[in-house]
Amino acid sequence: MAETPVTYAESDELELIRSTARQFLTDRLSLEVVRELMMSEDGFERGLWKEIANLGWAGLIISEEHGGAGYGFTELSVVLEEMGRLVTPGPFFASSVLATTAIQEFATEEEKADLLPGMASGETIATLALFETPRGWDLADLDCVATRDGAGWSIDGMKRHVLDGHLADKIVVAAAMDGGVGLFVVDSDATGVTVDQSEVLDPTRRQAEVGLDSVRVEDAALLGGGAVDGRLATVLALGTVALAAEQVGGAQRCLEMSVEHARTRYQFGRAIGSYQAIKHRCAEMLLKVEHAKSAAYHAARTTGDDDELAVAAPLAGSMCSEAYLWAAGETIQIHGGIGFTWEHDAHLYLKRAKSSALLLGDPRYQRSLLGDALGL
Amino acid sequence: MADADSERVDSLVDELLETHPPADTGNEKFWGAQYDLGLAWVWHPEGYGGLDLARKHQSTINRRLQEAGASTENRLDNIIGIGMGAGVLVTHGTESQKQRWLRPMFTTEEIWCQLFSEPGAGSDLAGLATRAVQDGDEWVVNGQKVWTTLAQVAKWGMLVARTDPTAVKHQGLTYFIIDMEGPGVEVRPLYQITGEAEFNEVFFEDARVPDSNRIDEVGAGWRVSLTTLMNERVAIGGTATPRGSGAIAGAVQAWEKSGLDDPVLRDELLRLWAEAEASRLTNLRAIEMASLGTPGPEGSTGKLDWANLNKEITSFTLDLLGLEGTLYPGGYQLKPPDYESLTPQRAFLRSRANSIEGGTSEIMMNIIGERVLGLPGEPRVDKDVPWTEVPRG
Ligand SMILES: Cc1cc2nc3c(=O)[nH]c(=O)nc-3n(C[C@H](O)[C@H](O)[C@H](O)COP(=O)(O)OP(=O)(O)OC[C@H]3O[C@@H](n4cnc5c(N)ncnc54)[C@H](O)[C@@H]3O)c2cc1C
Repeated sequence: MAETPVTYAESDELELIRSTARQFLTDRLSLEVVRELMMSEDGFERGLWKEIANLGWAGLIISEEHGGAGYGFTELSVVLEEMGRLVTPGPFFASSVLATTAIQEFATEEEKADLLPGMASGETIATLALFETPRGWDLADLDCVATRDGAGWSIDGMKRHVLDGHLADKIVVAAAMDGGVGLFVVDSDATGVTVDQSEVLDPTRRQAEVGLDSVRVEDAALLGGGAVDGRLATVLALGTVALAAEQVGGAQRCLEMSVEHARTRYQFGRAIGSYQAIKHRCAEMLLKVEHAKSAAYHAARTTGDDDELAVAAPLAGSMCSEAYLWAAGETIQIHGGIGFTWEHDAHLYLKRAKSSALLLGDPRYQRSLLGDALGL
Repeated sequence: MADADSERVDSLVDELLETHPPADTGNEKFWGAQYDLGLAWVWHPEGYGGLDLARKHQSTINRRLQEAGASTENRLDNIIGIGMGAGVLVTHGTESQKQRWLRPMFTTEEIWCQLFSEPGAGSDLAGLATRAVQDGDEWVVNGQKVWTTLAQVAKWGMLVARTDPTAVKHQGLTYFIIDMEGPGVEVRPLYQITGEAEFNEVFFEDARVPDSNRIDEVGAGWRVSLTTLMNERVAIGGTATPRGSGAIAGAVQAWEKSGLDDPVLRDELLRLWAEAEASRLTNLRAIEMASLGTPGPEGSTGKLDWANLNKEITSFTLDLLGLEGTLYPGGYQLKPPDYESLTPQRAFLRSRANSIEGGTSEIMMNIIGERVLGLPGEPRVDKDVPWTEVPRG
């Protein structure tokens, strides 16, 4: 089996990215701010997105020739890990990870030159509209179809769980077409497009339903000029790797909150962390978080190698989803009653954890991908 | 710098293989030559079987030797000596102790065992009761040890004994190397749940140890014991292994042999595969961080992990075998251990020891909770009182 030698130690550059990210996020997107945004209509603000773009994050993995920072998944993971620590809302994952990855993977040079600079500068927010059915992560049998209409295409269908669809200017829609599945870039204000925000479990990551009723697009809207098919799996795998990094950050933060509480909360005259039921749970949490990190770091460092990615991505997806969800759940338990209140932050993590574990394929689905890759 | 080290290691391995072709060299002779070239345990100093290099080079050496057909079985045959004893001697031994014991340990001419646990002192090792009383330049030992792996074939035993019962329990201990073939030492096999006797009871009746076999100072036994345990946990958890090896290989093999495609079983297999792989990657990360001198929390979880996973995976492997899992090929024969034919059923039973041997999982979680996460310890009734006043049972 192919195995790429991996180095985990963080270079000075990575450390700088990490400390810059932590600084910015604690200053500008503290949990108090996150709570305000979470209760607001849109869940985010364009102004903040501009600030994020000015830091170079909107185009973090967009190549330099298209106005991005030209970084890879190792650097991206560091930023996402930091975002995960503070359940950062906003279209970073939808636009700067998912849509960016799809466009970089499939678009022609012209399309890239057309789309990416605006995304990198923060001018344009994009998202990816893939799923239609509750467990339709494999994108088989799409109902959304694109049919030839003169020199262009006409698209009909309904897309669900479109991340930050209500903020997006460009929606990259997966639609069945002659010869497979194609990705079509649709303007969100085009005639026939309806975007309705959904009410979501995790209010720090919004979703929308996107309806397409005879939406006409030019021929150039079809990314790469043809069906993408099997290669969509690579985009989903890369999304899984990115999400795993964010999950690691959230899980690590849960561990820190739990240990802090176990040290300072006294019952029966002792810190509750001196009771083994609590101490051992914290130790187990450390173990799970460290495993999640190993899987996520490994995956982020092997994104150039499709064979290894096919193993490493679902490995990270399943391990990080389960670790985060478990850690977030135990964090509430370790905190007792206060952990169940709206006022305490624990629920922000539980909601993010559960929702992330379902976004791109639940752990069982990820494991079936892993089995396919391993031939088991 | 690292490259120069690798080159040096490589050329020494070349030299060893040239001067001692594995095919025509007896194992003991080969291992002796390996020791003399510093390729036994590279992280130990030169002159004592090492080269003072990073630990990671050892995996390269072992791999190259195996590829050339040389045996590395000594590491298993003398696992207690090589895994723990060597580190203890290098850290705490005198020059003559190192010269006397290290080489024949590596060549397996002398097998070692670890005389720590007692009927009354397991997890609470420092509570042990075996007494050593000084008599001129000798010590007289009385007491009983238990669960002593390899005692039946051992020449030397690493013994912790109480030399001052009036001191606080951690302070009254001293560490010795005792001749297992000497008078006053009796070894009786203890059969374990697999039907084999890997371990033994050891009884001391006025057994004598020369003072020159004392390791470190009188009263320093606890410190030396900690070195031993640290080496043990590294030996158990901390080696780089290839993807898919270990217990999970057995499960994968059983799955492939079964021809099953049940989705529930498949999901469980893959869940365990993923756990095992994440654990392996954590281990690699720990080795890298340790070699950079910045060990983090990733290094503390290996032993605990390995125990949990082995138990789960070997049990699941029997599920895959279905009714065949109810058989016990070879039967229970009450005999010395046979490491060659580890059937899935025997692996299942043997794995139950993994969360007990070398520190129980509960103790490992206490250590992680307190040393790594900084959680407070429990209230203790055995602190600051003489050992004689500590409750026992
Ligand atoms: C296969 C095998 C080989 C071995 N080989 C050797 C050897 O070569 N040399 C040697 O010296 N020893 C050896 N041992 C012994 C081993 O180190 C001890 O069994 C182990 O340390 C546990 O001690 P114990 O058996 O007395 O159990 P106890 O310490 O009595 O533990 C019983 C239970 O209580 C729990 N417990 C104890 N204290 C605490 C605490 N503070 N908090 C929470 N739970 C606690 C334990 O986790 C365990 O579940 C071997 C054991 C096995 C199984």
